[in-house]
Parts: sequence; structure tokens; C-alpha cells
Amino acid sequence: MRFVFKTSYDADINWFKHKYQAFWYVLLLAIMLAAPLFIGSYFIGEFALVLIFSVAAMGLMLLTGHTGLPSLGHAAFMAMGCFANVLMLNAGIPWLIAFPLSGIIAGLAGTLIMLPVLRLHGVYLALATLALSILIADIVVLAEPWTGGVAGMIVPPISLFGQEIDRFGTPFLFYYVCLAVTVLVVMLYRNLLRSPLGRSFLAIRDSEVSAQAMGIHLAQTKARSLFLSATFAGLAGALFGHSAGYVNSETFDLVLSINLLIMIVIGGLGFMHGAFLGAVVYTVIPLALAIFRTFLQTAFDININIPGMEAGIFAGILIIMLLFEPMGLYGVWLKLRTYFELFPFYRKDMFKRQKSYLKTERVQ
Amino acid sequence: MDFLQLVISGLANGCVYGLIALGFVMIYKATEAVNFAQGDFMMFGAFICLGLTNTAHLGLNFWLAVPIAIATMGALGYAVDRTVIRQMFGQSQVAIVILTIALGFILRFAAGTIWSHEPVSLETPFAGQSITFGGVVLGVNEILIIVVTVILTVLLYFFFSRTRLGVAMQAASQNQLAAYYMGIPVKRIQSLVWALSGALAAIAGILFAAKGAIEPNVGLLGIKAFAAAAIGGFGSLPGALVGGLIIGVVEQVTSRYGITGLSQIAPYALLLLVLIVRPGGLFSQTQKKKV
Repeated sequence: MRFVFKTSYDADINWFKHKYQAFWYVLLLAIMLAAPLFIGSYFIGEFALVLIFSVAAMGLMLLTGHTGLPSLGHAAFMAMGCFANVLMLNAGIPWLIAFPLSGIIAGLAGTLIMLPVLRLHGVYLALATLALSILIADIVVLAEPWTGGVAGMIVPPISLFGQEIDRFGTPFLFYYVCLAVTVLVVMLYRNLLRSPLGRSFLAIRDSEVSAQAMGIHLAQTKARSLFLSATFAGLAGALFGHSAGYVNSETFDLVLSINLLIMIVIGGLGFMHGAFLGAVVYTVIPLALAIFRTFLQTAFDININIPGMEAGIFAGILIIMLLFEPMGLYGVWLKLRTYFELFPFYRKDMFKRQKSYLKTERVQ
Repeated sequence: MDFLQLVISGLANGCVYGLIALGFVMIYKATEAVNFAQGDFMMFGAFICLGLTNTAHLGLNFWLAVPIAIATMGALGYAVDRTVIRQMFGQSQVAIVILTIALGFILRFAAGTIWSHEPVSLETPFAGQSITFGGVVLGVNEILIIVVTVILTVLLYFFFSRTRLGVAMQAASQNQLAAYYMGIPVKRIQSLVWALSGALAAIAGILFAAKGAIEPNVGLLGIKAFAAAAIGGFGSLPGALVGGLIIGVVEQVTSRYGITGLSQIAPYALLLLVLIVRPGGLFSQTQKKKV
């Protein structure tokens, strides 16, 4: 175990705890930058998709994992970002302006819509966001002049510095665009968590009453968290539109919202890393299943094609995760790391929550 | 007359929503967990009955298949609580919400694999029959739904107020610790509540399947039942039924008189409205939380 001797306040708020930690993250970034050298254009597209889902999952993580407000409506924010982006691109606004603006529009619209229900707690909030998530498909159909309704609309390619970037024409450039957006969002998120605002999110998650007692304005802070969360989701939605090339009223449905929530739980609720791990699992499962299916077909001539199998397996993994590893995949890694750092002094109950109690809304 | 027919049809739908809502309000009251899979429980119960009855599958007698389906779903509810939900005790509500959503996915996957994804309808002895009553044509199945719901409501009322087990369930839901001190086996009571709501879901499912075709994704109907429960106030059993009836009638009336697309939106818009104006629902039971 590496102990950091803190000689200044900066040690508490630095980006990295020590330079070895910094080394690993720089190495990861270098690998991600060099990835197009080693893998083909099909897998680079999947890599880009992982990054897009990571950005969306980070948006949900900020709201659910760090502020403690569950949301089943994040696909709605993604839809807002996506349609805003396409409309602005079609109006001739350059991508460099339209893209960030689409995130901000999704953030503002999401905050305005959700403001009345933000005072709800737990289950009620989940329900209200669920209703929003179902309504969005109908709203997209009703707003046909702007969104194309059921028929949908084609997403124009990104044009950046005179270069046309398109998921199919130039997959490697598209991957770099996704990577750049992801890195920027990660930096913003990480900085946010070190700031007073980020700390107040955590305070609200752990106890609203004590947060209020410490002078945190609940409604305002929750609204800010929602704005940032919806902005991230909107940016991810805009990128997702570019990746799909074509969007309609069914692209951003309830299932996507639920999958985002499942993603952050599998990854590890309350950890930024969890958003990435969840997105990786979510993208890898259908790929692995497809490969396994072709293997069965070619090697043993067995043809299994059960619709809904991906969702079933994803849900099964989630249940196993929740029962045996509530901290998610990142929790597994934390435990492993601690085991080796403390070897041979690791104890079984090291990560056990000291006190577990049911947060009830009723007066007992 | 036209309007009356519309309202009765709406009431019949509303009864199904109300029965599903009743199931998860019961679970919520007893265990503070919200079962997002209740709609899928309903779907699965309906499919079990269908698999036993329909000539394409086993072809048993309808009146034999119904109790088997209800008992099976009761057992499933008990097993789910015993094996999965009880391990989650003490964790945040969000975790249980996500867990039950995942359970719903698995049930949908299982139903689709066993009974295919095609919409099928339940072969009942009274399918297609109707009664003309004072100029109003009523389907037997619609009347049956309403009658069964009324009977169930009365039975549940007496169960909760008169029987030993019902009173124990009430006690466990009001204060778990005090109930435990009184010698009530709270854990087993909670599993029994899950079993009861599983059985209720099966009844709702059979009634629903008698009215129209079902397919694995019909469990999404549970979301409408959620709207019903939330409109009624989450902790109130009569509220759940009333909420269900309101949703059912509003849906039918808006589909007849409103613009196209309104009837799909109406239940959720109503839900959002109630949550904004009266966050505790119409029959509110929650109070300001203490530290």
C-alpha cells in the first residue's frame, strides 16, 4: 500500500493521488489513441459506441450515483440533444457550435421539464421520470415538423476543419471525435467532483436533511445536478445520432433509459469508472453472443436464435451483480486491489457497510 | 348509451390496472420495496393459464387451469422474495427498483422463449358472448372482470381486517420492529405478501387475457398500473383500485373524444400532473420524514 504524505491542501484536490496513478491513466489514454493502429474499422465503430454510452452513463451517474436521484428518463434527454443537434446542423450552424449548444439545450429543457418533480424522492422520482420516458416517444411523433416523427430523419455528417466525418466513411476520425468529447466530459466531471458543488451533490446523496443543515440549497443544487446530467446525456445523444446515421421516434425509447440505469449499476454506482465498465459490458454482450452463435453454427451446426436473449442475459448479470457485489464491477477491482496491496492482511468484511438501514418515507 | 358502454369498458380495463396496482401497493406497504416486475408477473400468470388451457398447448379444462396458474404464480412470488429480494434487505430503494426491472426482463425473455412472441388470446368458455342490457351491449368478459374485482376487493377487505394472517400482515407493514417483538415471523409474512401479490397478478393476467390478445411485452402495461398506484397514493389499497379505475375510464374517454394520440399520453400526463400537484397521491399516506 502506498501512503501519500500530505504536506499541502492541494494533495486533497489534485487530479491524481500520486504519480504512479497518473502514469496508468496516461497509459490508458495512449492506448486509446493508438487503438486505430491495431484494430479494424468494424471494431473501432464499437469502440466509439462504448465511448458514447460512457458519456451518457456518466450523465446518469452524476444524477443517480453522485446526487442520489434515480432517473428512468435519460433517453429523453439524449433525444433532445440529438434532435437539437440535427436541427441546428440542418439550419447551417457549424458543428463546433451546434454540438455543445445541443448539450446545453438538452440540459435547459430537461431541467425545465423535471423541475416540478425534483422534490420527489426515490420511487416517486423514478416513476415521474418513467412517465417522461414514455411520453418522449409520443412527443417526438407529435412534433413531426421538427423531428420527422415515425419516419425519422437522417443525421448529417460532422464537418470539422473542412473534413467530413462520418461513422461509415471515416470511422477512425469519428472515433477520435468521440474520444475527444469523452476526455473533455471526464475532465469536467472530475473537476466538478473536486469542487464545492460536487461535494454538495455527495452530501445530498448521503443525507438530504444533514445537507440542508450544512447550508446547501436543496432545490438549487438538485437542479444544477440535473442540468449537468442532462447536458452530458444530450451530448451523448447528439453523438449517438451521428453514429446511427438515422434517428426516429423509436431510437430513444424506454429500454435505452433502463439499459443506462442497468449499465451504471453493473459498473458500480457512485464511481466514475463504473460508467465506463458498464458501457463496455453493455456493448460486449451482444458482440460476444453473436460470435458465440456463429461459432455454434459453423462448428456444431446448431442454430440458436432466441429473440430477447441479450436483454435476458444482461438482466441476469445485473441480478447476480446486485446480490453478490452491490458495488459493481469497480467494486470487484477495488477489492482485488486492496487484497494485493495489503497481502496477507486483507479481511473478508473490509468493504462491508458498517450500518445498513432502510430509508423509509413513512413515520414509524 | 354509447357513453355508458364506453365507461363500462373503461371500468373493465381499470379493474385490471387496479388489480396490478393492488399487487405492488401491498408489497410496498409490507416491505417498502417497489416491484417494477408486477406487470410482468401478470403477463407470466396469463401465459401459464394460456399454456395449460389453449388447444395449441396442453388443452386442459379452463376451470382447472385457473387455480393452477394462480397457485404457480403465488409460489413464484414466494420464491422470488425468499431467494432474491430478501438478500437486498436494507439496501436503497433504487437498487430494488433496478433489481425488479431486471426480473421483469427475465420473465419476458422466459415467456417469449416458452410461448413465442406472437400475440395469442386465451380460449375461455365465455369468449365472444355478450349480454344486451337496456340497449347497452356488454361483453361477458367485461362483466366478469368487474364482478371478479368486486369479489376480490371484498375478500381482501375481510382477509386484512378479520383473519389472523391478514392482521399480522398489517402489523408487519406498519412497524416491522414492533411486529417482530410481538412474535410475528416478519420475514415469512413478507414472503407471503409476495405470494399473495403474485396470485393477484395471475388473476389480473387471466382477466386481461380473457379480454384481448397477450404477448410477452404486455407486461409494460404494469407502467399504467404504476400510474394508477401513484395517483391513488402509493400506500393506500383502496387508492390503488380507484386510481386504476380513473386511468381506465380516462383512457377510454380520451380515445373516443380526444385527438389521436391523446389516449396514449393521457395516463402518464395524469400521473405527472398528480405527482406535481399532490406528490403523495390522492389518498396520501406519507408524512414528512424524520431524521
